[in-house]
Amino acid sequence: MALNVGALSEGFVLDHIRAGKAMTIYHDLKLDKLDCTVAIIMNARSQKLGKKDIIKVECPIDMLDLDIVAFIDHNITVNVIKDSQIVEKRELKLPKQITNVIRCKNPRCITSVEQGLDQIFVLTDPEKEIYRCKYCEEKYRGHRNK
Amino acid sequence: MSPLDFSVEELDELLDLASDIEKSPEKYAHVCDDKRLATLFYEPSTRTRLSFEAAMMNLGGKVLGFSSADSSSAAKGESVADTIRVVSCYADICAMRHPKEGAPMVAAMHSRIPVINAGDGGHQHPTQTLTDLLTIRSLKGHFDNLTIGLCGDLKFGRTVHSLIEALVRYPNVRFVLISPEELRIPSYIRESVLEKSGCPYKEMERLEDAIPELDILYMTRVQRERFFNEEDYVRMKDFYVLDKVKLSLAKEDMQILHPLPRVNEIAVEVDNDPRAAYFKQAQYGVYVRMALILTLLEVKLPWR
Repeated sequence: MALNVGALSEGFVLDHIRAGKAMTIYHDLKLDKLDCTVAIIMNARSQKLGKKDIIKVECPIDMLDLDIVAFIDHNITVNVIKDSQIVEKRELKLPKQITNVIRCKNPRCITSVEQGLDQIFVLTDPEKEIYRCKYCEEKYRGHRNK
Repeated sequence: MSPLDFSVEELDELLDLASDIEKSPEKYAHVCDDKRLATLFYEPSTRTRLSFEAAMMNLGGKVLGFSSADSSSAAKGESVADTIRVVSCYADICAMRHPKEGAPMVAAMHSRIPVINAGDGGHQHPTQTLTDLLTIRSLKGHFDNLTIGLCGDLKFGRTVHSLIEALVRYPNVRFVLISPEELRIPSYIRESVLEKSGCPYKEMERLEDAIPELDILYMTRVQRERFFNEEDYVRMKDFYVLDKVKLSLAKEDMQILHPLPRVNEIAVEVDNDPRAAYFKQAQYGVYVRMALILTLLEVKLPWR
């Protein structure tokens, strides 16, 4: 790789992020709230995608909610780094349930009025990748890789 | 929460229990003597509420609750989650009606007592579906090998959608869907329920063309405001009104169901026909709610 932004001793490298999406993932993963080193590389050259984004996070490896990454785009590659070595390439699977990442847009749904209610979506059709609100069962129509 | 929460076997058990209640109601008159049902109705639905209350009283139980949101703590802004936690201290089981979809699910997640969904907006109304199923099974003796006509507003009618979902689980059921083009069943029911199950169905526009082959005719109301223009409404409204003339084309043992209230889609002259089952249906609604309360409370019946 032409570009090298400091080697990690422990943490994650999220590779093959679609070009331009690194910042949304940065916010969705709440990396802005963590007190750790984050490197964001945007528009890197990629054989697979043409252009891609990469995020490197230096943190204990159980700190990130990979379900969120999987929900946004399960083609992202997750490399787990320990002692400056890639110890694991983690496959992302669509999470069965996702909490407080997307909101139900159905105005008739109880989530529109009840306070303090978690926004929970359940994977109801893994083949077609359809998520439905746990409460009103309305289909999530937004783009997941927003 | 939804009619499909029960497997076919569990449903059979529930309907068997309801049929036994119908046969000998006196056996059940005191099985819930020390139990209380809370009816939490955030929007008025007198028929459903009275049906639940009658069901609990028939079992010897007591009833408490409210019948509209403004006479409840919801008017003060209390959340569903808080209300159900409090009500859990007062009653053994609860039936909830709420204008917002998914509210009974929220209640169930925070409740210590069983929660029955008594209708949540346009989402689900499972005890109506149970009522429809018990009525069909009691009057026909079985679900398989029936031709079931669903007539009227098939697009917005949630009772129709739930009934289709429940019935495709039985062998050899055929559907005839009778509605104006604008009010046909939504594509998700067509694709993910009817076509997925391989259940034969056809769509027709005129009731009199369909009626001769039906074993069950399920009528629903066609509302004027559902039509795009007055002309279509005037042209088609009579297609979906059942009267003596249309009924004369039907089989002798066809049964007519309607979730009620009806407006004009079944002419009053039909009421005295032996095939008119819609008032019996209301009675079956009480039996099936009794069976549901007993099942959810896990009441031990002394003779079992």
